[in-house]
Amino acid sequence: MAVKTRVKMPAQDPLLRIRNFSEVALGYTEEMAIEEASRCLQCKDPVCQKGCPVAVQIKDFIGLIRKGDFDGAIDKIKETNSLPAVCGRVCPQEEQCEQSCILNKAGRPIAIGRLERYVADRALARGLTVPPRPASNGKKVAVVGSGPAGLAAAGDLVRRGYQVTVYEALHDLGGVLIYGIPEFRLPKKIVRDEVEILRAQGVDFQTDVVVGKTITVDEIKELGYQAVFLGTGAGLPKFMDIPGESLNGVFSANEFLTRINLMKAYLFPEYDTPVKIGARVAVVGAGNVAMDAARSARRLPNVEEVYIVYRRSEAEMPARKEELEHAKEEGIVLKTLTNPVRILGNDAGWVTGLECHRMELGEPDASGRRRPVAVKGSQFVIEVDTVIMALGTSPNPLVSKTTPGLQTQDWGGLAVEEETGLTSREGVYAGGDAVTGAATVILAMGAGKKAAAAIHEYLLGK
Amino acid sequence: MFKILQRRDLTPITKLYVVQAPLVARKAQPGQFVIVRLDPRGERIPLTIADYDREKGTVTIVIQEVGKTSRDLGRLTAGDSILDFTGPLGVPAQLAEKGIVVCVGGGFGVAPIYPKAKALHAKGVEVISIIGARNKDLLIFEEELQQVSQEVLVATDDGSKGHHGLVTDVLKQLINSGRKLDEVIAIGPMIMMRAVAEVTRPYRLKTWVSVDPIMVDGTGMCGACRVTVGGQVRFACVDGPVFDGHLVDFDEALRRGKLYAEEQKLANERAQREVH
Ligand SMILES: Cc1cc2nc3c(=O)[nH]c(=O)nc-3n(C[C@H](O)[C@H](O)[C@H](O)COP(=O)(O)OP(=O)(O)OC[C@H]3O[C@@H](n4cnc5c(N)ncnc54)[C@H](O)[C@@H]3O)c2cc1C
Ligand SMILES: Cc1cc2nc3c(=O)[nH]c(=O)nc-3n(C[C@H](O)[C@H](O)[C@H](O)COP(=O)(O)OP(=O)(O)OC[C@H]3O[C@@H](n4cnc5c(N)ncnc54)[C@H](O)[C@@H]3O)c2cc1C
Ligand code: SF4
Ligand code: SF4
Ligand code: FES
Repeated sequence: MAVKTRVKMPAQDPLLRIRNFSEVALGYTEEMAIEEASRCLQCKDPVCQKGCPVAVQIKDFIGLIRKGDFDGAIDKIKETNSLPAVCGRVCPQEEQCEQSCILNKAGRPIAIGRLERYVADRALARGLTVPPRPASNGKKVAVVGSGPAGLAAAGDLVRRGYQVTVYEALHDLGGVLIYGIPEFRLPKKIVRDEVEILRAQGVDFQTDVVVGKTITVDEIKELGYQAVFLGTGAGLPKFMDIPGESLNGVFSANEFLTRINLMKAYLFPEYDTPVKIGARVAVVGAGNVAMDAARSARRLPNVEEVYIVYRRSEAEMPARKEELEHAKEEGIVLKTLTNPVRILGNDAGWVTGLECHRMELGEPDASGRRRPVAVKGSQFVIEVDTVIMALGTSPNPLVSKTTPGLQTQDWGGLAVEEETGLTSREGVYAGGDAVTGAATVILAMGAGKKAAAAIHEYLLGK
Repeated sequence: MFKILQRRDLTPITKLYVVQAPLVARKAQPGQFVIVRLDPRGERIPLTIADYDREKGTVTIVIQEVGKTSRDLGRLTAGDSILDFTGPLGVPAQLAEKGIVVCVGGGFGVAPIYPKAKALHAKGVEVISIIGARNKDLLIFEEELQQVSQEVLVATDDGSKGHHGLVTDVLKQLINSGRKLDEVIAIGPMIMMRAVAEVTRPYRLKTWVSVDPIMVDGTGMCGACRVTVGGQVRFACVDGPVFDGHLVDFDEALRRGKLYAEEQKLANERAQREVH
């Protein structure tokens, strides 16, 4: 029997969407959801679930959709995943649940992410439902950072009766979900709603607190918090260390995306924060961050041409497939096998071009990918007036530097016990990008939940 | 929300605020700054901590009105609140333990020099302050500095008080007077700090400056604040803002400071239209 094709995701027309920041993928209708769910084989051994880092009961929730029991479906998902509206949108499903789906053998896995998003959105559209507030057990736990790791930990702890305070350095909550991933991929309202649910359950959010500066981990403990979870992310941007990086018109993707997402610079001067960007933009890198930067740039009114500059080939690009496809539909030009060596500027110190080498793929390197090597004498210049560096990030040392005895791995990530997230300090746990380096939302959430369970275990006896 | 307890107008465009911010006050040290945001659509702007009182839980800032946000702030008075007030950020200044330190302040920079002069004075270090402004009405913090300095030397562009000319002239005279000076701390407009660094360079007189690049988060996350110091890229919000003035690439810093000149003008014009 031939496998039916996946129900397509309706999306905004590329020509229209590059003029706005509204969501690109519009979501299934009820009919689409039921049709897609009906393709599921309801396998006896649902291998899809092995691909999900938080073990969502995929088979069961899809089974409930087939019956039209959407309330049952959302409850089922929420048993293991507290942010389904987020994960349904941003999980790299093609490497996780959908990759493992048995129908992937035929190249047509069930669109698990889209179904998850559908039931989550349907539930959110009805208004926020706040689970009853559990009785307090009188113990206080602090969470540092309000990204997915911190929010997941806070949620699981508050449900277990702890009094939870989340300290966040920025003025807004959600970590990369708020300042990194753009509105057109993850509407900020979804993140705000999730935060509001946690607040209603009793989580206390303290913004504008930079742990390590405003207060240290030890001072938090002195305030009576018996355990601390560190979900501080990997926020430090990398640059290439090539000449010209200090020219005007060179940004880290973090700065560019923070101005756009957190500070709403695309609405300047209605909002006070500007973003300076020329007509021709080069984004260096090819991960999700690079795609988000390129696609955000594409949407700014004065931008004419956006390039993704990447030293390997398209097949090696680490971005999610869907993001790459969307970027191409939006007219973003890929300059692959191209490695920047210098940024050129004019007398006034503004960027005028990006000098690059052409590359070819040689022997496989440590990552198993073929190593790009420069073609001799192949320098050429891409004429641009803005360069955005999206080369990855590393953990911010603010907390590790100010917490005596807190051990880090040699590259700066916090060192933890694999099973529990326990750091080298008693009662101090960590998880998410702060431990793994830049990874994914779902892995960060999984780490937050794991640590919450370990903290619970630790405090039971106290 | 952070409540403004007191406002004092130092000049028509320079205002001092005492803000209730106990967590910041508890940790604040000379050389550090805060990031302030006034309303939900507002920009995050960095302001130096000009004084603090750990017991009362207050932090003092001095703001010079130059554009949209600083002007919006200038309209607030005692009883109003500031939406976001994050800090203390940056590395505390390394202050000399003994000897004679010259504190040079220009414009609003005179205010942030004060906590350093005060801390030096408290350690028994001899402080000579040199402060400058366009005219005598724009001079700020002179009395406060008197309290913690051996002497306060004044320079005004129009000669309405003290030396007729620049603070760097006064600094040169001081150096040439043959007194043994140990360090110089300069805070003010970037051009002034560069000039001070050029005056002291031939004498190898250690000179600290407090750079003020454009910032966004203030926690090391965005890299907007990068400055080249001794050939190396540093993030002023986490590695500074105080650096060795002889190593700072001021030309680059000045150029980067103009990045948003057009947008600042636009925001300013719009803000003024809304007021009138
Ligand atoms: C542009 C971009 C696009 C991405 N796209 C995807 C995607 O499509 N799918 C996917 O799965 N993943 C994606 N990721 C990765 C994913 O967002 C991260 O892996 C995830 O957010 C990590 O979560 P976290 O909670 O560990 O850290 P973060 O989300 O980084 O949150 C950390 C929080 O801690 C705060 N903080 C840091 N230091 C301190 C301190 N000292 N005191 C107080 N607070 C502090 C920070 O301000 C921040 O709010 C993307 C990342 C970026 C940057
Ligand atoms: C570490 C640090 C400490 C500072 N301390 C003080 C202080 O104590 N008192 C004070 O009055 N000002 C201080 N500043 C400068 C202050 O942040 C800017 O004046 C303010 O951001 C201007 O915002 P605006 O909207 O009013 O003006 P805008 O319209 O944004 O700009 C007006 C002028 O200010 C400069 N400017 C703009 N944004 C910044 C920025 N983020 N940082 C530096 N300069 C900028 C522009 O080049 C322009 O010349 C400090 C800056 C830094 C980086
Ligand atoms: S949480 Fe992510 S990986 Fe797990 S089922 Fe949902 S979309 Fe798939
Ligand atoms: S493996 Fe695929 S087909 Fe089987 S239950 Fe999971 S989603 Fe359905
Ligand atoms: S202001 Fe963002 S890194 Fe310094």
